[in-house]
Amino acid sequence: MKNTTEQLVGSVQRPAKRKTLRGHIVEIVSDSGEGAQKAGQTFGAISAKMGNGVWTVEIIPADIQPPARTKESASGIRIRLGSNIVTNAGNEADLVVAFNEVVPYARIEQKAFREGTLFLIESKWAEDKSESIRNSYAKAIDDFRQRGYVIYEIPMEKECLKWVANPKQGKNMWVLGLLCNIYQRELELASSQVKHTFRKKSQAVVDSNLKLLNAGYEWAEENLDFQFEIPSPKMEQELVVMNGNEALSFGVVAAGIELCSMYPITPATSTTHHLAEYIENAGGIVHQAEDEIAAIGFAIGSAYAGKTAVTITSGPGLALKTEFIGLAVMAEVPLVIIDVQRGGPSTGLPTKVEQSDLLAVLYGQPGDTPKVVLAASTIEECFQFVILARKIAEAFRTPVILLSDANLGTGVQPFPRPTIQPDWFSGPIDQSPWKESVGPYAWDKQTGLSRRPIPGQPGGEYTLTGLAHSEAGKVTYEPELNQHSSAMRSRKLAAFGRTLKPPVVHGDQEGDLLLVGWGSTRGAIEEAVDEARELGGKVSSVHLRFLSPMEPGLKDIFQRFKKVKTVELNYSDDLNDPLITPENRRYAQLAWLLRASTLVDIDCFSNVQGQPMRPGRILQMISKELNL
Amino acid sequence: MFGLNTECVLDIPQKYFTLNDYEKGNARWCPGCGDHAVLSSVQKLCRDKQLPPEKTVFVSGIGCSSRFPHYMDTYGFHGLHGRAFPVASGVKFRRPDLNVFVITGDGDCCSIGAGAWLHAIRYNINLTVLLFDNQIYGMTKKQTSPTSRMGTVSNTHPHGSVLPPVNPLQTTLGVSNVSFVAQTADWIPGHLYATIKAGFEHQGFSFIKIMVRCTKFMGDLANEMTSHRERLFMLSHENGIQPDEATTRLFSHQVAHDPSDIGKARELSESDDIHLGLFYQNKNALRYDEYGAHNLGFTVEQKMAAVNAELDRYAV
Repeated sequence: MKNTTEQLVGSVQRPAKRKTLRGHIVEIVSDSGEGAQKAGQTFGAISAKMGNGVWTVEIIPADIQPPARTKESASGIRIRLGSNIVTNAGNEADLVVAFNEVVPYARIEQKAFREGTLFLIESKWAEDKSESIRNSYAKAIDDFRQRGYVIYEIPMEKECLKWVANPKQGKNMWVLGLLCNIYQRELELASSQVKHTFRKKSQAVVDSNLKLLNAGYEWAEENLDFQFEIPSPKMEQELVVMNGNEALSFGVVAAGIELCSMYPITPATSTTHHLAEYIENAGGIVHQAEDEIAAIGFAIGSAYAGKTAVTITSGPGLALKTEFIGLAVMAEVPLVIIDVQRGGPSTGLPTKVEQSDLLAVLYGQPGDTPKVVLAASTIEECFQFVILARKIAEAFRTPVILLSDANLGTGVQPFPRPTIQPDWFSGPIDQSPWKESVGPYAWDKQTGLSRRPIPGQPGGEYTLTGLAHSEAGKVTYEPELNQHSSAMRSRKLAAFGRTLKPPVVHGDQEGDLLLVGWGSTRGAIEEAVDEARELGGKVSSVHLRFLSPMEPGLKDIFQRFKKVKTVELNYSDDLNDPLITPENRRYAQLAWLLRASTLVDIDCFSNVQGQPMRPGRILQMISKELNL
Repeated sequence: MFGLNTECVLDIPQKYFTLNDYEKGNARWCPGCGDHAVLSSVQKLCRDKQLPPEKTVFVSGIGCSSRFPHYMDTYGFHGLHGRAFPVASGVKFRRPDLNVFVITGDGDCCSIGAGAWLHAIRYNINLTVLLFDNQIYGMTKKQTSPTSRMGTVSNTHPHGSVLPPVNPLQTTLGVSNVSFVAQTADWIPGHLYATIKAGFEHQGFSFIKIMVRCTKFMGDLANEMTSHRERLFMLSHENGIQPDEATTRLFSHQVAHDPSDIGKARELSESDDIHLGLFYQNKNALRYDEYGAHNLGFTVEQKMAAVNAELDRYAV
């Protein structure tokens, strides 16, 4: 059930013609605007149809129009393929297609390649009119060789010119053909996928791209001395391919949420771009508010009036929403808040991944603010958890915060097409008469739950307030009442916690080391655990979906392992750092929570380098811990 | 559908609502506070318009005046300081069947909530907005307000405030898509009532600045206002505020002003004289709540079809 992180092409020797692999990582790197992403997404879709597990992630330049042939211009895509399900972007790339010799340096900076990486590079720069370009190319090729990459200089544009007048348009499809040959994709399947990709274009465009696809395929067959096979049973189920932000958007509409109130912020906003395209066909609206505070205020107004709304943001926006989140907790307003986490603190790393908002969502509001917090760990869960979040919000009359992150937001993965269920959608607003003897906060003492009157219900008139209030909704300064109402809001979490099952342990139920993760690191952790287990390590992992309330039974699980360690993408002190002692060490965020709630001496492995957690790094850590 | 579309339902009131149906508890404002008069006027308006209490929502921020919803036996939302506008807009956006009022003060609207205020004017959502302007922070015990006249002595400026005040009428009239701007005073009940009524009847964002006396902290100002009636000019026009004759007689000066003339309205708002009445009205300004309500009441089947159609685009 895994894809090895160390691939078979390990030496600098050229591989034999056909090799069977369990997985491979491909990158296409180009100047922005050369279509690398379209080629990569199409290649991913073809591979998914052939049954491969696929994870793609786009390489996006930070500037809008960077100059060509610069590191800043590097644009492209990483496609990770596996025989089985792939849940993360993996380690270093095994094969790279580069459209020029400059852009790969952006990826080298990110340590994206390794010794032995197959390096397929456009060769036309060797004969460029400009001497400086010719020199630059020659110098880079030397450098790549020294780095241990296996260089294949490929006349991409020259070959394209045999078929089209302007190779700038269509080179990407020639490269797609090349990749389809290398990875033995069915040409018929590839052709139909290309037709699908260009279905909105004219027949001439489709035909020209098909010609290039075939040409690239044929050229590889005749000229390359290697091919790979990643065998998988062919996928019969219908698949959908999307990134985590698009999955969130589908979740919003499939939950029946009719209002998304947002303010633009990276990396969350692309969710609302997708929503804005079609939510109105489903009876909903995206409201772009004047600021983050107004965005959540507008959503709360709508929720108060009976239409549970969603607001979508990222770290800095979450900080601004703090006061309103406190109000939603205090006044028990159902609301879905989605936080697509990025690097922090402050403006931080807007486009990079981090899991640093956990403690902020739990404890960021002044006063005691119990609320439900859950974190998606796959792209499919981004979809499902929005539907779940709305249901919890309404049933428990509480804000629910759903955590995703930049890795899930931009990672693309195929998953079985969901069958949309009618009971996912919110029902009509209750406008029936309210029994006047029942207060707006008639808390059930056992569960803390109460029903809320909605404007329009005669007899239910009350004034929602952020001031301490009684069951009747009256402002109160009585000490006992504030104690009681706080207990009731807290009790709801305990009541909800009773509905949760203990998490499933990945691997054996006991052993030497247990890794605990949450959110987007799941795939990397489980992959590393599987590999370590193959090496004989007694290691397992647990992945938490619910952070508040926590899933039950954690202490029992932890006690069956000699050591417990969280794996997270947030900051923690290293015990080897100057001045750091076991007493003053600041732990990773989940580790803090688990140490407090279980009294187990839990360690943590974390970083804030803005990159998705690589399975290879986790494996290294496990090997060190277990002396593998 | 779902009780949302009032147009297609013949709404016959089940009973006649009396003032008592809108009153709740005893207002805890200071004796002599101008807020009491506004509360009475609003309750009277609700009675005269026979607004069903369950279909009426008062949204406020934080401050003395923002306690208002607690004294109305309707639905209410006493939210955060400066944030009444986004909440009220969110209430109204998808619930056109509700009558939504915004209760805000000079600190709430013109200082901490100023950003939301500007955009609320631009959205022109059908809300009746009552700005209680007493030129001082009362609830937190006498700090300078954004509308305090320069030189106002307060706990934060014991030697007198040092900045010229924000002029809420001028500001509102300067925002694009503004649709209704009026000014009235708590101590002239006939004019107060007529202005709130005109604001309620206007379909759009009705901004009503009410000069409110704070006898506790701004006693001198209150005395000056009430004892120098000659300084108050009533704006009169056939399309303006039409108070009863007795009220009209209270004004020694009247100024004819056509409320469709925004240039003149801006001039008047910047004048040193105090004008009561309708400064500006545009019944045709674009309303964002009409966009908000354009696709209400979809069935689950329609929603499922929309999701499935979009999923088709992502199928491979």
